[in-house]
Amino acid sequence: MASTTVYPGSEPARWKYLDRIRTRAGPFTDGDAYDGSMVAEAMENMTVLVIGAGGLGCEILKNLALSGFKNIHVIDMDTIDISNLNRQFLFRAEDVGKYKAEVAARFVEKRVRGVKITPHNKMIQDFDEDFYMQFQLVVCGLDSIEARRWINATLVNMVDEEVEDSYKPLIDGGTEGFKGQSRVIFPTVTSCIECQLDMHAPRAAVPLCTLASIPRQPEHCIEWAHVIAWDAEKPFPSLDKDDPEHITWLFKKALLRAQEFNIPGVTYALTQGVVKNIIPAIAATNSVIAASCCNEALKIASNCAPSLGYPNNNYMMYSGNDSIYTYTFKHEKKDDCPVCGNLARELQVDPAWTLGELVESFATRPEAQLKKPSIRAESKTLYMQSPVSLEEATRPNLDKTLVELGLSDGEEVGVTDPAFATVSFKFKLKFKKTE
Amino acid sequence: MTEIVMSQTPPILHGPSEKEKKYDRQLRLWAASGQAALESANLLLVNSGAGVVGVETFKNLILPGIGRFAIYDDALVEEADLGVNFFVDESCLGKPRSQCLTELLTELNPDVHGSWYPSEETAPSLDSLLATSPVFTAIIYTLPIAPERLAQLEAYGRQHKTPLFAIHSAGFYSYFRISLPGAFPIVDTHPDETATTDLRLLTPWPELVEFARDMTKDIDSLDAYEHGHLPYVVILLYYLERWKQTHEGRYPSTYKEKTEFRRIVQNAARADNPEGGEENFDEAAAAVLKTVVPPSLPSGLREVFDYTPSEPIEERSSFWIVANAIKAFHAKHKTLPLRGNVPDMKAKSSVYIQLQNIYKTKARQDAAEVLETAQSIAPGRQFDPAEVELFCKNAPFVKLINATKGVDSASSTCVNVLREVTAQELANDENAEITLSPLSLLPIYLALRATSHVASATADEILSSIEETIPGTKDHERIVSAAQEVARAEGGELHNIAALTGGMVAQEMIKIITKQYIPIDNTCIFDGIASRSQVLRL
Ligand SMILES: [Zn+2]
Repeated sequence: MASTTVYPGSEPARWKYLDRIRTRAGPFTDGDAYDGSMVAEAMENMTVLVIGAGGLGCEILKNLALSGFKNIHVIDMDTIDISNLNRQFLFRAEDVGKYKAEVAARFVEKRVRGVKITPHNKMIQDFDEDFYMQFQLVVCGLDSIEARRWINATLVNMVDEEVEDSYKPLIDGGTEGFKGQSRVIFPTVTSCIECQLDMHAPRAAVPLCTLASIPRQPEHCIEWAHVIAWDAEKPFPSLDKDDPEHITWLFKKALLRAQEFNIPGVTYALTQGVVKNIIPAIAATNSVIAASCCNEALKIASNCAPSLGYPNNNYMMYSGNDSIYTYTFKHEKKDDCPVCGNLARELQVDPAWTLGELVESFATRPEAQLKKPSIRAESKTLYMQSPVSLEEATRPNLDKTLVELGLSDGEEVGVTDPAFATVSFKFKLKFKKTE
Repeated sequence: MTEIVMSQTPPILHGPSEKEKKYDRQLRLWAASGQAALESANLLLVNSGAGVVGVETFKNLILPGIGRFAIYDDALVEEADLGVNFFVDESCLGKPRSQCLTELLTELNPDVHGSWYPSEETAPSLDSLLATSPVFTAIIYTLPIAPERLAQLEAYGRQHKTPLFAIHSAGFYSYFRISLPGAFPIVDTHPDETATTDLRLLTPWPELVEFARDMTKDIDSLDAYEHGHLPYVVILLYYLERWKQTHEGRYPSTYKEKTEFRRIVQNAARADNPEGGEENFDEAAAAVLKTVVPPSLPSGLREVFDYTPSEPIEERSSFWIVANAIKAFHAKHKTLPLRGNVPDMKAKSSVYIQLQNIYKTKARQDAAEVLETAQSIAPGRQFDPAEVELFCKNAPFVKLINATKGVDSASSTCVNVLREVTAQELANDENAEITLSPLSLLPIYLALRATSHVASATADEILSSIEETIPGTKDHERIVSAAQEVARAEGGELHNIAALTGGMVAQEMIKIITKQYIPIDNTCIFDGIASRSQVLRL
């Protein structure tokens, strides 16, 4: 039964709506884990990390500040672009070019009295475990799967069973157009981002021969300009995808190519979209997903209602294209997760492949998605991307087949990738049956 | 070097305008046509209570650039607003809330015009605002609201055919309900690209048959390159023709026949090459089950065909005239106008482009026939050929929302519907465990609805109000819990739930204003404890 006493924090009149909910048990509150009288103070003493100050990040900062959190850090190395202004509501036209983290932090601090937001205009990879250890919660609003995987692997690695403080719940949101998802991860306890990697299958790449000789779609012409023409002509020292002059060059090249093959549909906007892999984004969807993440943050921090994550559902899919549809479910932890599992993940391979083919396949496999893998077998190093001397020494292996290298069906290999410095992925080679 | 390259290209090219740059990420969703619709919209928010959810909705509409907005709100800013609403600050205390919200919201986008009420000079009351303002495209009101005020808005909605959005957000719960003035058809529904493939393999027209025959007449003597680059459409047409010859003129129709046919196609691939197979034949085999299908009439379009517009203004709209013309087309040809898109497939560039043109030409012919029929239905009317073409292209995905008439929230029909839906939902819940379906969120709606006109209420007050509307519910366990949860909030909003709901409402508003994508029909309930939603027609 609901309790009636409210236990306000430092400013009772200001936070009265929030305090009614977070400091009083409701019919769904788990009484054993909850003490309403402690909530306001506990939340004021927490430090929360926000990763990303873009479309989701702006919303997340606002929402956390209005959820009673007082100490927030935000990491984002990006600067503000004019195309951010249709949704990143803490930025104005005159802020274009400034650091997102800084402008967002100052804005929310100014609007919501008493909240302290520390901006870091850096990459998440610039910080070590000591830095991440200071937070009680991490909320991610990112558009890159690499960054998500990195922070996920880092938080899983930080867990020390004997230190309660080493468990940092990770709340992650993502959007695309009218769709999005939010999920809660208790590192090592529940399914992690690496367990869920197959939910983000990479887009199938167009074969090089299609680009080179038989283009059919406007995208093929653009990719040709991007991958082949640029390298052949090197019109500028290096490709800057945010430089309109560079995009215009690619656009014109693609257009000529399209005219040659009578392919309609190459436009500037499409060129930019393909080259930068632009994902459509609107304020409304960011509002839904960021709020869902922060709603879970409030519930986790206060225990005033059950949150996503444990023991049941941990994932909400949202789609607004056709009516509104949410699917909230439990994504199961995988024993063979290369980050949080104990078993090696099975990898179907053809024994006739060369090691080079295996290395390349890591980039496109939905269950691996590693772009610069270095591979070790139990008894020897097969291929190392760095340092240069080791790369040179192991390079000849790339042309040998798996069988020639003495690998056998069921053998375990360890894979590392510079994108995940601290993690070694374990895979078990499963040889395809040859006919 | 750069200059030489530049001078070779035609000078017709220029990059995007400043506005296109700013709105780039949304133009990819609703294009210039949708943007133009947004920019001509004029929205009203009638705000009340804690007053956050409507403001969050407006934030998400001002950023993408709606034309103008107005906020009507009697409240003065108090301390509690500062802990829940982002668009007020310390300097606002004691000032009209509508003024502060409007000023801080307008900062978000200099292209948008905002105004606030009540205002002594221009509109001291809601009545005078409704009477003097340019017609509103849509009105949002937040609950709780005084019954007289609600009646005023509903009367306005009826008179001006203005969609009304009711939103109620309290604690971890919220719902919103859209009342549309009549049937709401959508042509530009943005179906999933993968669902739109319609190749007419079982009803090919002469040009397509000719093209396929020509490419395959010496199929066995084609060299490896030519054979490996036959487009899968041509491969399937060729083997379908052969199947017919050995099956008394019939195409494969049962699942068993189709899998047999798929095997034939797969086995026809040449394996005497280094790859040990042919990618185009793999594509052909993979496409069998999805593309070897007779023409059908999707349920959404059937509903449109079966609907009889009830009002003259509806009947005269170009949508219903074109819909009738397509209906006539379908009656005559037993198939819909061709969409005309060809998915990417392995093929030589020139062959693919030829194939694409065969489909496009046929699609244009079909659209021209529909246009002609439309003109004969409404002589003297001018139709935009592009609009007719879009309709033909999207015909299988056209959707009709709110086909049965909407009703005012207080009317007896509304209560009857609610009783029926409640009985149905609670009955479904009995079997939820067996059917593995989530429990109904209707109890949340019932509990919030019981506080539609009061600032706050105890659980017992909520339960007796529900009992009055729907007898036999006061002891229902889940309704009791929902009532207790609503009571816990005492009418207060949680910022997150307001922001989340404001995001959903803004999405729906965009869909209705742009007439793109498919809006809800008609009530969406959100449970912030279980983190899920449910859409019901109430
Ligand atoms: Zn995992």
